[in-house]
Amino acid sequence: MAISGVMRPGFSQLRVLDMDEAVSFYTEVMGLKLVATDSEGRAYFKTLDERDHSSLILREADRAGIDLCAFKVRDEETLTNLEKDLNDYGVPTERIPAGELLGTGERVRFTAPTGHVFELFATREVVGNELGLLNPEAIVANRPGISPIRLDHWQLHGRDIDGVRDLFVNVLGFSVVEKLLMEDGTDLGVWMSCSTKAHDVAFVRDDRDGSLHHASYLLDTWEHVLRAADLLTVHRVAIDIGPLRHGITRGTTIYAFDPSGNRFETFCGGYDWYPDMEPTIWTADQTGRAIFYHTRELNERFLTVVT
Amino acid sequence: MTTNHDIKMVNPSVEFPCAEGEFVLTAMQRSGLNVIDVGCRGGGCGACRIQVVDGTYSRRRMSRAHVSEMEELEGVALACRISPTSPLLIAIAPPAVQELFSE
Repeated sequence: MAISGVMRPGFSQLRVLDMDEAVSFYTEVMGLKLVATDSEGRAYFKTLDERDHSSLILREADRAGIDLCAFKVRDEETLTNLEKDLNDYGVPTERIPAGELLGTGERVRFTAPTGHVFELFATREVVGNELGLLNPEAIVANRPGISPIRLDHWQLHGRDIDGVRDLFVNVLGFSVVEKLLMEDGTDLGVWMSCSTKAHDVAFVRDDRDGSLHHASYLLDTWEHVLRAADLLTVHRVAIDIGPLRHGITRGTTIYAFDPSGNRFETFCGGYDWYPDMEPTIWTADQTGRAIFYHTRELNERFLTVVT
Repeated sequence: MTTNHDIKMVNPSVEFPCAEGEFVLTAMQRSGLNVIDVGCRGGGCGACRIQVVDGTYSRRRMSRAHVSEMEELEGVALACRISPTSPLLIAIAPPAVQELFSE
């Protein structure tokens, strides 16, 4: 199957309360590479394995949370087509000029029914991963910190889950891979993919439009998840919950908060999704096991804290 | 030598010590109490929002989504971001109207 259309999450722009603390955290604890800072003071980071310019952009602000979630699309023609499809669906868009963010081409920006600002882009400066393309080594020796493989997905909260789900399916070409139902049978949460990943984005119903539950980074193995947990405690990071397994997507994971309170996840696992598959359904009575596969109990902080 | 201050909560009626330089929320946890919700512990989520009724304290940056400038002047604070410089009298302060994403 050739991936066309929307390919993968490209980058997030997060708001942080203190830039110095945030830069220290994301470089020393997460092990991301600080690629650049721009004239507006935004800091750009990437994992060691990512090839594009950056997957995390930080902006110092008076509140925490997420400014932007940007997906990379296959090419400029796809970008133009998706922009038209959004407009035809009734979603206004604006074009952000190339270069407004370092290493980033023109972006098509729109606001989802849940209040989140999304962007689509096709062009990014390819800085390469740490291995290179010519006769590379198999590993990067001496990886610092947690050192995840890539930005993997976001979980975003808002009111109009039905609207955002339909938008992503009908216009952006996503599939619903898994869903968690409420008592009345409507969707509490949807896990959606534009690729063969178990999810590229998840939306959960919540009164707080535009909010971030977590940005998620991929690790290779359960051992790496344990190591991430160990490093988080060595650095006295505020851990949320984990290591644990989710029923939904079967991922094994740990969640913690960055110095500004933005939750992040470092996880491994999932399964391969193809568009001819039917979605997995979790009923309301199984919510405990769906989210916390082993303890099978709900956890208030995990379910209620967002930025 | 660190100075400890008494943190007194109105409702429920509890007291716990907090060192200067220690966050009030951390001190509460250290005392084994759970009278204030423990959220992100970074000033971003608002779970630990309290009202300081009496006393003085130092503060780190807190999300304006949860404590406005006016509220800060009135002694509203996030317990994970403040340290006492005198004994404190505090109360839980859940937000009245949560306008988190005003723009």
